[in-house]
Amino acid sequence: MALKIVKGSIDRMFDKNLQDLVRGIRNHKEDEAKYISTCIDEIKQELKQDNIAVKANAVCKLTYLQMLGYDVSWAAFNIVEVMSSSKFTYKRIGYLAASQCFHENTDVIMLTTNQIRKDLSSPNQYDTGVALTGLSCFVTPDLARDLANDIMTLMSHTKPYIRKKAVLIMYKVFLKYPESLRPAFPRLKEKLEDPDPGVQSAAVNVICELARRNPKNYLSLAPLFFKLMTSSTNNWVLIKIIKLFGALTPLEPRLGKKLIEPLTNLIHRSFSSRVLIFICFGFFKLAHKKSFSDVIVSLCYITVLISLSSGMPNHSASSVFLRISVVKYLGLLAMSKILKTHPKSVQSHKDLILQCLDDKDESIRLRALDLLYGMVSKKNLMEIVKKLMIHVDKAEGTTYRDELLTKIIDICSQSNYQYITNFEWYISILVELTRLEGTRHGHLIASQMLDVAIRVKAIRVFAVAQMATLLDNAHLLTGNMQRNGICEVLYAAAWICGEFSEHLENPVQTLEAMLRPKVATLPGHIQAVYVQNAAKLFATILKNQEGNTDSTAAQETSQMMIDRLPLFVQSANLEVQERASCILQLVKYIQKLQQKDVEVAEEVSALFAGELNPVAPKAQKKVPVPEGLDLDAWINEPPSESESEDEQPKAIFTKEEPKHSRPRHTEVDEKELARRREARKQEQANNPFYIKASPSSQKVYQEAPGVEHIPVVQIDLSVPLKVPGLPMSDQYVKLEEERRQKERAEKKKKEKKKRKEKRSGRGKKHDSGPESEEDITPAHVVDIVTEEMPEKSSKHKKKKQKKEKEEKEKKKKKKHHHHHHHSDGGGEESVQNGTVEEEEPLTFLVFPLPRKVCDIQGNLQDGSQVVVSVIFENKSDSFLKSMEFNVLDSLNSKLQRPEGSGPHDGLTVPFQLPPGVSNEARFVFTVQSIVMPQKLKGTLTFIVKDSSTHEKLDFKLHFTCTSYLITTPCYSDAFAKLLESGDLKSSSVRLEGVNMPFHHLLARICFHHHFSVVERIDSCASMYSRSIQGHHVCLLVKTSGQTVSIDAKCDEPTLLGNVLDEIKQTFSQC
Amino acid sequence: MFALVANQKVVIDWPCFWVVLGGSFLPRGVYTVLLFKMQFMLLFSRQGKLRLQKWYVPLSDKEKKKITRELVQTVLARKPKMCSFLEWRDLKIVYKRYASLYFCCAIEDQDNELITLEIIHRYVELLDKYFGSVCELDIIFNFEKAYFILDEFLLGGEAQETSKKNVLKAIEQADLLQEDAKEAETPRSVLEEIGLT
Repeated sequence: MALKIVKGSIDRMFDKNLQDLVRGIRNHKEDEAKYISTCIDEIKQELKQDNIAVKANAVCKLTYLQMLGYDVSWAAFNIVEVMSSSKFTYKRIGYLAASQCFHENTDVIMLTTNQIRKDLSSPNQYDTGVALTGLSCFVTPDLARDLANDIMTLMSHTKPYIRKKAVLIMYKVFLKYPESLRPAFPRLKEKLEDPDPGVQSAAVNVICELARRNPKNYLSLAPLFFKLMTSSTNNWVLIKIIKLFGALTPLEPRLGKKLIEPLTNLIHRSFSSRVLIFICFGFFKLAHKKSFSDVIVSLCYITVLISLSSGMPNHSASSVFLRISVVKYLGLLAMSKILKTHPKSVQSHKDLILQCLDDKDESIRLRALDLLYGMVSKKNLMEIVKKLMIHVDKAEGTTYRDELLTKIIDICSQSNYQYITNFEWYISILVELTRLEGTRHGHLIASQMLDVAIRVKAIRVFAVAQMATLLDNAHLLTGNMQRNGICEVLYAAAWICGEFSEHLENPVQTLEAMLRPKVATLPGHIQAVYVQNAAKLFATILKNQEGNTDSTAAQETSQMMIDRLPLFVQSANLEVQERASCILQLVKYIQKLQQKDVEVAEEVSALFAGELNPVAPKAQKKVPVPEGLDLDAWINEPPSESESEDEQPKAIFTKEEPKHSRPRHTEVDEKELARRREARKQEQANNPFYIKASPSSQKVYQEAPGVEHIPVVQIDLSVPLKVPGLPMSDQYVKLEEERRQKERAEKKKKEKKKRKEKRSGRGKKHDSGPESEEDITPAHVVDIVTEEMPEKSSKHKKKKQKKEKEEKEKKKKKKHHHHHHHSDGGGEESVQNGTVEEEEPLTFLVFPLPRKVCDIQGNLQDGSQVVVSVIFENKSDSFLKSMEFNVLDSLNSKLQRPEGSGPHDGLTVPFQLPPGVSNEARFVFTVQSIVMPQKLKGTLTFIVKDSSTHEKLDFKLHFTCTSYLITTPCYSDAFAKLLESGDLKSSSVRLEGVNMPFHHLLARICFHHHFSVVERIDSCASMYSRSIQGHHVCLLVKTSGQTVSIDAKCDEPTLLGNVLDEIKQTFSQC
Repeated sequence: MFALVANQKVVIDWPCFWVVLGGSFLPRGVYTVLLFKMQFMLLFSRQGKLRLQKWYVPLSDKEKKKITRELVQTVLARKPKMCSFLEWRDLKIVYKRYASLYFCCAIEDQDNELITLEIIHRYVELLDKYFGSVCELDIIFNFEKAYFILDEFLLGGEAQETSKKNVLKAIEQADLLQEDAKEAETPRSVLEEIGLT
């Protein structure tokens, strides 16, 4: 035994300690990994020994290795062993290792609970301290729960050293185990007034962090913090408190006012220290919340400006710590915060900010760019963008340049081109941007060009001219095609030239540019657009030339098409190939007709007739589903699961690359393919323009005989990089200036007149000084496509027939493999009208079904409840049981389910149905907004007793607006008062061809739409109803002949519109 | 991957319907809490060798390594006169170079860069005082001490002690305790071990 110990201790002398390990690693630079793996082996040996000192040494080394990135999780248990050593030296190492290596998923953490508890209550404060420190790094929810009490006790420890740590770690405990917050909070609050400043600041820290997340609960502490703020001299604490107030002020605006004075004092007090800047930052956080006073904002604003422009001369003492670049960055950051609330004050410093764009430091440049986005206005947009363009030219490094490019486009296009007054200028900016080499954002520019050209009609002539020039000079853009994203622009250019070709000055030249051989080197999707638009251009040219007596020009054009198109027919890209061969054939046919002197232009241009209108992305939603179309019904039986699965990816695929769709369809069958191939060969043989296939089609083309004849315009490559003929965007800045001046002059004139006219008025102040935003009239108007679509498309399907019972027809979509051929279908159409979802008798899936009729009625007691009574009638000849009624809740309407059931659980229908029997069940729905009608989808599941199979019936519940109305009597004087009150919005509707006596008509409205007649005079009647949420609906119905006009008033226009629609439907059905 | 973790939200659900706080009744609510303040601190040399790392967010080793690698690269690529802040993923990186060592902290977007800079500076001062004009080698060979100092200064990403004096006092006393233990242990245990047991 003794021998073993001696041996162990001698071994120990040869063990490496940490220093040896570090030295060793430094000496083995070449084979570090190998050296370390031997070290790890040694460590493993050491860990096996009983001696705790050896183990601690090993663990210490492991901690070092862990930092170097080696996995030491295998030693977790040994770390726990060392942690539990009674000697502080080892314990310290153990806890350090644990805090570095353990994370929440380390399972040995569970073993440490008791050890940590013991350490926490150790008489030695450093034991406790080290345990707390460690705990802060690896606390888990379990540990937090188990130790929360111990830590809470420590918060009132006699030693401030421990109190401080305990308070801080409580925050971590709260995060992991929120239940501890409530019992611990009073004590935490006490610590705010702890005599020890360290503990105090810790408590402030924790409460600030808590309050920042959830300020409301801490408002009551404001007075306490206010006291602390005015008395404390500890800058760290002050900063925290200001941060806390930043979170509180939005909730209690009065606080903001109260804070101004102490904060101003603070600024003065700390003017010479760097805390000044911290404090400023506290302010910005406040200023950012609107409630804060302008005084403070301008104060800190000045400070920031000083530091920005002069590098903070007043604070040279602290410049060791703050470099100019740091200050600049912070200034810009601060500005971006002020910008949100006080844009004007920042905007005036645009020069300063633009200067920052020159900074070498990318962090600063990006900050400045961010600011610019928020600073533009109609007035300064051109100027700012001009500056940015200069930077684009200067910028080295594509990342930054790309960033600039996207920023320019962002700035210009923000909120629907709100700030652009002159779109010609914008187009030329875009064109200038195409000169950027190697940018990745070609598609961005392209989409902007398309967007502007489509939406701003007035700009099209100009845009087309520009695009034509671009196409003409395409070679400049496509220098090295491979990695050049800019050629995307040609996509837009070609499309614009084709689509709006009527504006082209010289269409023939553009056509020729589009058919140049070099185009074949462009990416496939661009070529495809080229080909397609060449055809559009061709149509326009024909049209232009038709009038001429001399038809040779037109024929020449056709010939050119025929000469050039074969190049595209042999493209490797299927899309290009397809379009090209289509168009080639078309042109050939046209040529034939031309030779016979047939007028074709009209017909050719009919191919591309019609204008493209911009459509909002969500427009489809506004298109009503045609009556009788059930989008949920299968058109064909759904294919089996597996099939539908691989359908999915294909669909996506086709969408992205439409060109691939073709091969998919053509994989018809081998024979058919062979036949077609044969036919094509035949055709090719007869086609003089077809060049026989060979390995590299493009090369062949170069040698092909036709090439020499193509009148390729030789381009002088020595032209400057500037695209010739492109107007410089700068000129627009000047133009714009002039335009504005003129406008201003005119306005002044007008104003003068006005002033003369109303000199007696009370000094109307037209500021003739700097024009305000609104004064700048845009030179072009953008078609703004928003969600709102023309009224007519937003018609909602409304049900006409009005009964006191809104009846609802149920849908029997039953897929049933038993093939009960029993066509049910008919029967009850006469009564029901609700949403008559048609009962398409899909024979194979008809199952004898119960039918349901339902009645939707508002509940007057509760403005948000609607009771739906559903009548279940079993029309089959089987016994039905275990019926379950379920509805897919929408945001607005929810089925009320018993306490404790989930939002998707169904409700059991409390009865069974023998054949031929009907019964009624009621369901309560909660509805939030009643101004719109809505449909809920639901299912009824039930068991057929005989077959004991589960069956399912889908149905829809249609909540019409009418069903929210409740017949309420009203006296004519009250009615008159209501109308006079002026709170009601009015609307009216006309019904034509109503062929029924007036009193029938009134009865119908009363019956179906829950109105009551207030007064009736001859062919005129006033009616009234109330919604469950208390909206008043008043109608004035007049009839003359077969026309009925209804004037209506209601305090909720949407509801009114919908009710009127429903009334209209009722009458259109009769 | 990391971005997810950094944004990880913890929902604090109050334990009862009404919470009595500061004498007033406040309604129950579900609150989102973002984790911690400082996310992590890294020390690395100009050659990109990591000298110290302290993580205040729970991350897997793999993520830590990835972040470290990326950050070291980014920071080393910046020129000396540039400002000390970087926006990186959704964090703000505050770094400062002292001699051959870079001190680099990650904070959340709404946190204050300047305080972080101040914290870094304060830590360097502490190291300096403790080691007596600290150099990189001190930190390499006594890395555990550097950690101890950091732990005394920051706890869970928050500054726990703003007085330098107090931090150093605590460290010295703990060290003293360690020395005592060693001294007490060495003679006795050697005697014990040489067969007197």
